[in-house]
Order: sequence, then structure tokens, then C-alpha cells
Amino acid sequence: MSTNSRPYIFAIAILLAIFGFYNYVVYNTDGYVAVEKLSPMAVKGQQLFQNNRCWSCHQLYGLGGYLGPDLTNVYSAEGKGPTYIKAFLNSGVKSMPQFTFSEEEKNELVEYFKQVDETGIYPNYDAEIEATGWVKLKYRNETSEH
Amino acid sequence: MKSKAPIYFLLFAMSALFLGMFFGLTASFQYLMPEFLKEQIPFSKMRPFHVTSVISWIVLCATGSIYFFLTYVEKFKLFSPLLAKIHFIIFLLTGIAIYFSFAFDYTEGREYFAFTPVLIVPILIGWVLFGINYFKTLYKNVKGWPVYYWMWGTGIVFMCYHLLEAHFWLFDFFRLNFIKDFSIQWKSYGSFTGSWNMLVYGISIYLMSKIKKDSNVATNKIAFFFYFLGLTNLMFGWAHHTYLLPTQPWIRYVAYAISMTEWVVLASIIYNWKRSVLKVEKENHPMAYRFLLSTDLWIFLNIILALLFSIPAINFFTHGTHITVAHSMGTTIGINTTILFSALFFIVHQIYPDFKTDRKWIQRGFISFNISLFFFWISLLIAGGKRSYWMYVSKTGLFSEMQDSLVPYYISFFIFGIGIFISLLIVATPIFKAFLQKIKP
Ligand code: HEC
Repeated sequence: MSTNSRPYIFAIAILLAIFGFYNYVVYNTDGYVAVEKLSPMAVKGQQLFQNNRCWSCHQLYGLGGYLGPDLTNVYSAEGKGPTYIKAFLNSGVKSMPQFTFSEEEKNELVEYFKQVDETGIYPNYDAEIEATGWVKLKYRNETSEH
Repeated sequence: MKSKAPIYFLLFAMSALFLGMFFGLTASFQYLMPEFLKEQIPFSKMRPFHVTSVISWIVLCATGSIYFFLTYVEKFKLFSPLLAKIHFIIFLLTGIAIYFSFAFDYTEGREYFAFTPVLIVPILIGWVLFGINYFKTLYKNVKGWPVYYWMWGTGIVFMCYHLLEAHFWLFDFFRLNFIKDFSIQWKSYGSFTGSWNMLVYGISIYLMSKIKKDSNVATNKIAFFFYFLGLTNLMFGWAHHTYLLPTQPWIRYVAYAISMTEWVVLASIIYNWKRSVLKVEKENHPMAYRFLLSTDLWIFLNIILALLFSIPAINFFTHGTHITVAHSMGTTIGINTTILFSALFFIVHQIYPDFKTDRKWIQRGFISFNISLFFFWISLLIAGGKRSYWMYVSKTGLFSEMQDSLVPYYISFFIFGIGIFISLLIVATPIFKAFLQKIKP
């Protein structure tokens, strides 16, 4: 038994056109909060994050592996920050492998975490959960009352 | 003499599955004993091996099955058997290269595609060859395609696109804008999954129509309705992975709206439930049929989970926990793997009509597979729930204390993981042997 393909081809063509437009917009849309582009140093830090597969245990914005903690705001969190991050890198705590980063590499990683931190907040404790099921995020540029 | 390429793909896929499960068990062991062998085989080393192998299982088994259906069942003359052979050789060599790149730490890529990025080039070439062969073959042979041909074609095309998209980060235009880059990375992963689902779900409809000897399942309007619903979700539904990223809110609104269309799928499953269960056909392909029945069950469980956490208010609490892992394991093992095993049983029966699929041990393996998977899935849900409680409700205690309190669930996850591994070994070994027999010179 065969089907008449014409209407299906037509529907796919329309979907593809919308998809093309949608992609064009998504690819040209920056995050909600205006931030600096990643600096060359932060890009190096990001590459170290990839080469050493930090993502397999850690998350950014909750995305990644779950063996270690989320690192989105490790740069600005209370009691943490650059020195704290650096202390962890070559220490080999728990399941984290003992890395042998040079001082320069440590600074690059810290720079990356600094720039990631500026983009937003996770976990987003001050988000508002609405009755429609929607979640209104709290963004970095919104001054907090506390 | 028919091409043996499909069988080679299937053997390759099954090997990837068993290696992948083995790597997965090794990796998850670190959840139980964080310090054990961590310098020799840290979690971060094993995880890419595991993920790439098991994804390869799904994709390769789907590819081999589609080649098989076209050439052995439909008896089409392939546009180019040579291209199919080259396709196989490229994938085999790339697979080996990927293992080497993991073993020697050439892992400049990102999650899911951790290997050194140039290796995406041969992978893409393989998909393009597959696409050429597929469309040329069908164009010549079939007028008025049943829905599965559309689904496979869609899967191949979108696979190429999203594999490419997953590597957009190589360009500064994307990379320097962290939020844009990160959301496109996860956009591509969502749609990559959608693409292989097109291949695999297409296979399930194909099998249904063959087992029930009823081509209407694949040609009626409802089948096409669900195809278009799936395609829309593949294209626009990805952003539920990134609800908590500070992207422009409209991106998330669109995702929320599109994701909710999947309630229709749930409704239709429940509506069709009685009909499909009543029509058990035992004479014909009993194991293939049983696996499809268990697919139904797993779709049901996982779609409820997925629908719930596609609601931002619920996603807020489940995101970043093992509940997400439960979802990905439930769908890749419960849904994709059961469909693919159904295909394997169907195929082995085609090659050897005397092959008895309904053996006692295969049945036992099938049952213990489903039971193990159920508890594996539940363990992840509980572990995720407890982590969420720590993150959002109690907000007290160190990360390491929370992790330690989850160890009992990681243990049961690990044990039932072994259960899945052994069950699938039992089920797959006879098929594997039969395929080996077939490629003997
Ligand atoms: C094998 C898993 C694993 C890998 C790979 C890994 N980590 Fe970790 N990391 C952990 C664990 C587990 C902890 C938490 C230790 C604890 O507090 O008990 C941690 C803690 C940290 C912390 C402290 C976080 C906090 O909030 O207290 C930082 C920073 C960190 N890791 C950075 C990195 C970086 C950078 C990399 C890659 C170069 C990396 N980690 C790779 C497992 C890992």
C-alpha cells in the first residue's frame, strides 16, 4: 500500500523553513544578561576544562556529570573563590584525580570560572515559580533585596 | 550473494553494547568507592568510553537494521553496495581512533563528543554516504513512502546537521558568547537524540507492520501525525534541557509550549493500550514481539517522567540530579534497546528461519532484564530526589556528606546494572553467534 507523498513533502518544507529561520535567530541571540565575551585567557581555561574532562564529574548550570559539585558560581560563592578553586585543582580530593596544573593554567581555569559566574546564577534560589508552571529566573543584573 | 555489510554493522553494534556496559560498570564503581583505582582509571576517563560506546550501539544497530531491511527483507538492490562497505570501514576505523583518543587523553571535545574534534569528519562522511545510498535506493524503488521511510530519511539528515551543530563551538562566533554557546551545545544534543530516535522509532513501526503483517500501521494518517509531532519536537523542543540557563526567555517559552504537545503521545498510548496488548501474536516472531511489548511499558513510564520535568516548575527541582540520568537510561535502555533487540530477533529469524528465539534462557534473560532495569531506574530516581532535597529544601551539609548518604542507592544502581549486563548477555549471545556464522567465508 502506498501513500500520497505530496502533502507530506509540503509539510516538511514548511517545517524546514521555520526551522531555518528559528536557527538563524537562535544563533544570533546572546544570553539575557549582557556580559563580556570570553577573554583569550578564559578560552584557554575552558579548553583545559574540556581536555581534562572536568565536565564528566562537574556541572555548569546543572549540566554535566554528577560525581562532583556544580561549579557555576564557585568563583563568587561565600567562602569559595580563586584561592579556594586553586587549592582544589592539584589536591586530588575524593574521586577527583590529582591534576598537575601549572600556576598559569590554574589562573586560566579561574578566569574561566570568573566569566561563567558573571553570566548567571545556579542553583537559582530566588527564582519565582508561577502557577502556570513557568519559572521566572533571577538574573545576575537584577539587584537583590537581601 | 547479498552484501554482508548489514551483518557487520550489527556485530559491531553488539560489541559496542557489551564494551559500553562494561565501561559503564567500571565507571559507576567510583560512586561506591571514590578513591578506588582513581589514579589509574578515574571516572572521567571511563565515562567517555562508556557514553560513546553505548550511543554507538544504538546508532550502529539502527543503521545495520535499516540496511538489512532494505536489502534482505524488501529485497531492494542497494544503490551502491560498495558505499555501504566503505561506510562500515570508515565507522570501524573511526571507532578505533576514538578509543585511542580516549586512552591517550586526546579529549579536546565536549561531553558526548569528547574525542579530538577532527574525528567528527569521518563520522559525518559516513552519514553522508549512508544518506546517498538510502535516498538513491528508495527513490528508485518506492513510490509513496510508508512513514518509516520518512523517519529514517529524517533521522539521517538531521543526524548530519546536529553532529555538525554540536561542533559549532569550534568557531569563535559561538564560543566567545558563553550562554549562547552552551545552549547551542545542549540544543544539538537534544536534537541528536531526536535524530537517532527517528531511526529507532521508525524501526519499531516497521517491525510492527511486518510482525502484524499489516501495512496500515505505517501508512495511516495517525502514524504521520505522530511523525510530524516528533519532528516538531526534534526541531524546537530541545530547550527544556536549558530552562535554567539565562537565555532569552522566548527560547524557553517555545520549548515549554512544544514539549507539552507530547501529552498527546501519552494519551494515545493509554488509548491504544488495550488494543495492542490483546493482539499478542505468539506464532510469529515471539521474542521480537515481546521486546516491543516491553518497549510500550517503558515508553509509558518514561514519557510520564519526561512530561513532568518538561514543566519548568518541576524541572527546576529535577534538573542537575540523577532524575535526568534516570530519564536518559530509561529511554536509551528501556525504549531504544528493547526496540533494537526486537529488530535483532526479527533479523536473525529472517536469516535462519529455523532459529528458535523462544528459548527458555532467552525468556529468562528478557524477564530479568526488565526487572533489573526497573530497579536500576528507581534507584536513580531516588538518588536524584534526595539530591534535589539537599539542593533546594534542606540546603544543609557538605556536598560530600550528601554524596555519602546516597551510597545505598548507588550500590543498588550498580548491582542492577550488573543485572542488566548479564541479562542482555544471555539474550544476545545466541544472536551474536548466529551472525558470526553468517559472515563466515
Ligand atoms: C572524577 C571526578 C572529578 C573530576 C574529573 C574533576 N573533579 Fe573536581 N571535584 C570532584 C569531587 C568529588 C569534588 C568534591 C570534593 C568534596 O568536596 O568532597 C570536586 C571538587 C572540586 C572543586 C571545589 C568545588 C566546591 O564547590 O567545593 C573545584 C573548584 C573542582 N573540583 C574543579 C575541578 C576542575 C577544574 C576539574 C578539571 C580540571 C575537576 N574538578 C575534575 C570530582 C572531580
